[in-house]
Amino acid sequence: MDFDVAIITAALPYLWKGFLYTVELTAVSAVGGLFFGTLLALARLSSLKPLQTVAAAYVNLMRSIPLVLVIFWFFFLVPLMLQSVTGAERPPQVGAERTAIITFILFEAAYFCEIMRAGIQSIPRGQVWSAYALGLNYSQTMRLVILPQAFRNMIPVLLTQIIILFQDTSLVYVISATDFVGAAAKVAQRDSKLVEMYLFVAVVYFVLCYSLSFAVKHLQRKIAVIR
Amino acid sequence: MPMIEFKNVSKWYGHFQVLKDCTTKVEKGEVVVVCGPSGSGKSTLIKCVNALEPFQQGEVIVNSQSVGAPTTQLPQLRAKIGMVFQHFELFPHMNVTENLNLAQIKVLGRSLDEATAKSQMLLKRVGMTDHAHKFPGQLSGGQQQRIAIARGLAMDPVAMLFDEPTSALDPEMINEVLDVMVELAQEGMTMMCVTHEMGFARKVAHRVIFMDRGEIVEDSPKAEFFGTPRSERAQQFLSKILHH
Repeated sequence: MDFDVAIITAALPYLWKGFLYTVELTAVSAVGGLFFGTLLALARLSSLKPLQTVAAAYVNLMRSIPLVLVIFWFFFLVPLMLQSVTGAERPPQVGAERTAIITFILFEAAYFCEIMRAGIQSIPRGQVWSAYALGLNYSQTMRLVILPQAFRNMIPVLLTQIIILFQDTSLVYVISATDFVGAAAKVAQRDSKLVEMYLFVAVVYFVLCYSLSFAVKHLQRKIAVIR
Repeated sequence: MPMIEFKNVSKWYGHFQVLKDCTTKVEKGEVVVVCGPSGSGKSTLIKCVNALEPFQQGEVIVNSQSVGAPTTQLPQLRAKIGMVFQHFELFPHMNVTENLNLAQIKVLGRSLDEATAKSQMLLKRVGMTDHAHKFPGQLSGGQQQRIAIARGLAMDPVAMLFDEPTSALDPEMINEVLDVMVELAQEGMTMMCVTHEMGFARKVAHRVIFMDRGEIVEDSPKAEFFGTPRSERAQQFLSKILHH
């Protein structure tokens, strides 16, 4: 079998575009997911029963459904939901790329919620007491005292989750979004160069994820020393 | 008008009653020591003063405000009551000055300069001026506890609560913290202290409260408590902690 390197170099600009989308999707989902995940975690830990129940139900639902299905459902549901909200005659075209971003934010929020919940619970109760005793209110206590510490404790786990997210974003190829894998798949099928393209993509993923994991491990050791 | 007043306060954890009909008060300028065996409810009682622990029955009145009343603004009430905890509870991600400044700025609305000036003054008072830019993790337990006292004082409180402030400290550090507390008491600060330091009680307390199984068993002036405690339980407790 002959291995055609030229096809990879020729496809690089197109693959680069796909790669950028993958990075964008990962970054936006991580930031958005962390934001909503933190809110969900606060809801799960709140003393208000209804809030707890709703947040827990959401998290458990998201974590019990395969990501591929969630992507599919959102691809079909988001336009319908927008239609019912705006009252438009036809479902608006959201596009695969934008659907993917919304889906991943909402899906990742469930996972980040559990990480942040563990992080918040790792902070001794006395920290909340002392913040309250000084007259800080709930939101100040969370924002200034508890979350910065929880976040810091959870950095290694959060980064690991983001590395997993980076790989998981490749699933958007099922709705034909052109991410890194999607771009490679399109070239592979057009030119019948499956081995070259899929191998190249796999190598890039491996090198990136492996070195990032390595960096996280290093960071973990460093944080452990500071503490 | 007492600074802190408990009226028939009762509290339950599920079916277990941790506070039983507790009634007592702390006058302005008074130093009251609360002691008793572990699990007797003394920490819970003191945490009712600034509503860190909710209670189901009775009333706590602090600085003429009812703690449990729905209209009471808890953050404002708490800001006037300093509290020092067993495990210091400084904020580990902030340096010493930031620890002292935080609530001054966020709760009292002081400017950074005002807050820092106040913090510096208080750090000097507790002998910690040289450590203003260190993080809590770099300090000994005794040093951290003195910072915690300064942090409470920075809010210009009308009363200070101490919840076993020396029981997590190595023996050689207990005195540096007690010295600060004694000085505070002698300046006329209203204080409610949960502590087993009977030397401290003898030196500055006006009254001693003895608790056992959620009840206030004894509540008497210092001389009376150390002279002839009325209850057998208090006598037993005293003989245990004084002759070990």
